[in-house]
Amino acid sequence: MTPRQRIAAFGVAIAGLVTCYLWAFAGLPGFGRYPGPYGPVILRNAVAQTNATGVVSAINFDYRGFDTVGEEFILFTAAAGMAVVLRLLRGEGERSPVDEAAGRRVPPTSGAVRMPALLLIGPTILIGWWLSSHAQTDPSGGFQGGVVLATAFILVYLSGEFIAFRRISPVDLLDAVEAIGAGGFAAIGVTAVALGFPYLYNFLPLGHTPGAVSSSGTIALISFFVGLEVGAAFILIVGELLEQTLIVRSR
Amino acid sequence: MGIFPFLVVAWVVAVGLYGIVTSRDLIHQIVCLIVVQSSTYVLLLGVGYVTGGVAPYFFDIPAHTRAVDPVVQALALTDVVVEAAVTALLLSFAVQAHKRFGTLDPHELAEFKG
Repeated sequence: MTPRQRIAAFGVAIAGLVTCYLWAFAGLPGFGRYPGPYGPVILRNAVAQTNATGVVSAINFDYRGFDTVGEEFILFTAAAGMAVVLRLLRGEGERSPVDEAAGRRVPPTSGAVRMPALLLIGPTILIGWWLSSHAQTDPSGGFQGGVVLATAFILVYLSGEFIAFRRISPVDLLDAVEAIGAGGFAAIGVTAVALGFPYLYNFLPLGHTPGAVSSSGTIALISFFVGLEVGAAFILIVGELLEQTLIVRSR
Repeated sequence: MGIFPFLVVAWVVAVGLYGIVTSRDLIHQIVCLIVVQSSTYVLLLGVGYVTGGVAPYFFDIPAHTRAVDPVVQALALTDVVVEAAVTALLLSFAVQAHKRFGTLDPHELAEFKG
């Protein structure tokens, strides 16, 4: 198939797809008039039932907690899958790129990159920690917090070298943290079952003040575990890809 | 407003698919797939919008303030995580393809069999 034929075939297909799309969209209730019954029911009851003022977190870590376990394990599997796909294959040797171009000097990281990166590490960890531990009150939670925490480690890489990045985030430690995060979430669900409740039932005391950090029972705890899992998974994923640029592998 | 947000969804899908079909680089193709997936965020948030509704967070407003649908927002979060996972895996496949065949052009890669 030549590129021209490919475009022609795509043109026909996309015209059909967009027509069907617009036809379907025309049948939707107008923008701003959502009729779904599920959302309003949760909006009416969530704050009173869970003492969490962040209703999206209440859905993710309580009402739809079971889905979120699956979601978390998707990320867990992706990080594991990447480690498998990018492993050192049989017959491959590793060497430093410096050996490939011995005459060329690697330019040092410029001060304009190093300084802001170093300055941002502390605040980034603080914000990531705050996000992971405030799912029950504000638009935050373990997923967002974990990604921000991982960014702090990438800033270390930007401000220094890959060796420094590896030294502060050894793969064995990350694997352990990721496993604790993923396992902790599942374990909270099993604990609820052991106490005679449904899986992932919010069995901890809910506190008295909606919106207090200590309120909302298992929601805060699950969010914290998710933060650990997501943070470790992202550092592993980024580390795997960075390694590919810094170590030459060939047969 | 009416149907406008949904037109945006259709446009983002179409642009992303066009990029995937015409791309000459696997990394670019992966980015185009991300563009296609981004349309689902617009769709989910567009579907759940309620006229005059606030974000479903009641930290400093009364619990019965009219708010947008929180369920689709939770789904959008799931969407983001799945996208990150898919992108990470696809990028590692691209790295391996380049290592094995020395090219990232899908047209050239199609000529390699097995």
